[in-house]
Amino acid sequence: MGQFLQQLINGIQIGSIYALIALGYTIVYGIVRIINFAHADIFMVGAYMGFFLAPVMAKIFGGAFIPTIIAAMLITGLLGFVMEKLAYRPLRYKSRLSALITALGVSIFLENFCAMPFIFGPNFRKFPDLIVAKNIPIPGNLGLNISNVLLLDVGVSVILMVLLFWFVNKTLIGKQMRAVAFDKPTASLMGINIDIVISAAFIVGPALAGAGGILYGTTYGMLASPFLGIWPGLKAFIAAVLGGIGNIPGAVLGAYIMGISEAFATSVNSNLGYGIAFAILIGILLVRPSGLLGKFMPEKV
Amino acid sequence: MATIIAFVLVYVVIKSLNLTGILNAYYIQLIILAGINIVMTVSLGMVNGFTGQFSIGHAGFMAVGAYTSAMITTVWLHASTANPWVGYPVFIVAILAGGLLAGAAGYLVGAPSMRVKGDYLAIVTLSANELIRTVIRVTDVLGGPRGLGGIPKFTTLEVVFVFAIVSVVLMRNYLFSSHGRSMKAIRDSEIAAEATGINTTRQKVFVFVFSAFFAGVSGGVFAHLLQFIHPDNFSFMKSLEYLIYLYVGGSTSISGAIVGPAIFTLLPELMRGLQSWRMVIYPLILILTMIFRTEGIMGLKEFSFILIPQRQRKEVSA
Repeated sequence: MGQFLQQLINGIQIGSIYALIALGYTIVYGIVRIINFAHADIFMVGAYMGFFLAPVMAKIFGGAFIPTIIAAMLITGLLGFVMEKLAYRPLRYKSRLSALITALGVSIFLENFCAMPFIFGPNFRKFPDLIVAKNIPIPGNLGLNISNVLLLDVGVSVILMVLLFWFVNKTLIGKQMRAVAFDKPTASLMGINIDIVISAAFIVGPALAGAGGILYGTTYGMLASPFLGIWPGLKAFIAAVLGGIGNIPGAVLGAYIMGISEAFATSVNSNLGYGIAFAILIGILLVRPSGLLGKFMPEKV
Repeated sequence: MATIIAFVLVYVVIKSLNLTGILNAYYIQLIILAGINIVMTVSLGMVNGFTGQFSIGHAGFMAVGAYTSAMITTVWLHASTANPWVGYPVFIVAILAGGLLAGAAGYLVGAPSMRVKGDYLAIVTLSANELIRTVIRVTDVLGGPRGLGGIPKFTTLEVVFVFAIVSVVLMRNYLFSSHGRSMKAIRDSEIAAEATGINTTRQKVFVFVFSAFFAGVSGGVFAHLLQFIHPDNFSFMKSLEYLIYLYVGGSTSISGAIVGPAIFTLLPELMRGLQSWRMVIYPLILILTMIFRTEGIMGLKEFSFILIPQRQRKEVSA
């Protein structure tokens, strides 16, 4: 029982990080219908920003965590904005396949460029302790192991999700985003500036990934190399697809399913934990081809 | 006929340069890799370029072929490769078996996933690739995460030459047959293709299996070149490489699928001074190609030796 609960908790923790990344995939996909493969590398940049900014922030503000996460979100948001302007905008009216290939190209470029010695370097880095990890004693004898890092991960991602819901549902630009996601030509006829909406999507999504990167660094305490984004990014992407890509609650649901199933599978065999995500995805897509909460759109002639 | 003479000449030139020592073993290895990459890319192009589906897990099928053929040759030959008369038939059987098993894997992936379209198909193929890799990693007989070594070396320049030419000719003939025309119809408009009586699902699954077969055979040839294979050789990243080759070369032309991998496999030599910048420049080339020449280097053009010569039509006497 204790073992079961422990794995469930671990799953929720990793699921929260996946959720932040998955939201970015889903927002961008909902607006421009591009699978932004470079999102995983924006997550990586976010994590490295934590590494570089934390000492500076600690000096300026005293505490490091909150200023670092905000600064990282701003930088990754800016990176997303620039990326869209340079790489995706010229392709907007070309085939979607070429946009997809470009996204792959941007992803490989970011990874290898950041691995250059004068950027982040290819080496292992120890992530600074933004908060001091402590175990929180749990009453009862289940042997549960809950740290304050875990609470932080879940707390920060829930706060950001709530903010995102507020942004998408209540603000003007959020409403415009939903309109564009629903029907782009009509939205533009209603006077919505598509360029601004797309830029907004490419700022909000990457900013969430940046926050995810900081949480990742805090949780694991290390940054392996600038290629570290690939697998968490892929898992989060699969989570977004699992929930129905383009659907915001779906991405969160998918991320938690992914995190929890991965935690359980990893407790059996670490290689299995790696593969389970893909098996679940194939299984679900065969039953529901547009994901758990996705709408099935019939093709019209 | 002229084409055959041209290929023989190319082979003679490469071989004589090798024998005179101008091209050392490293260059020969690069040329062999280019040959394997060409077959992989052309087979990927059949699905992505000519049928308009988006498969991004081609390395998975390569892995199936590589492991199957490597298991067959290592078990059967016990690394006793002294006698080529025994070795080569076993090798041919092994790579064909690898191809067939990869084709079967392609059927397992393709048959159900052709129900999902576009981006979702991409994700299913990606997952299939990683799933195949996970299965290899947890299977101890296949070496698991340690990799599989001790594979006899059968892949020589001659083998790759014959293999690449035969595979490309087979795929070309398929693409220029009526099947190929239905594939292009599906790419241009699936609904219209269906309306003209093409069984689109069957056609797509068949192309997928055919393409997986060639990926498997290339995997076999690849395994017998490196003599050691590891599940990480066949990760999603490997699939991405082939996508880059294909789309830079030009996905809607066989020549493009030949030019792309040839350039990218031999390019590191041309920019030896930029060694560490290589993987920064590759993706930039890809992005710039997509922005300024979306159709790839070759576009819709084909080299003349790819095209099937028009047969002289006999006058029908009344």
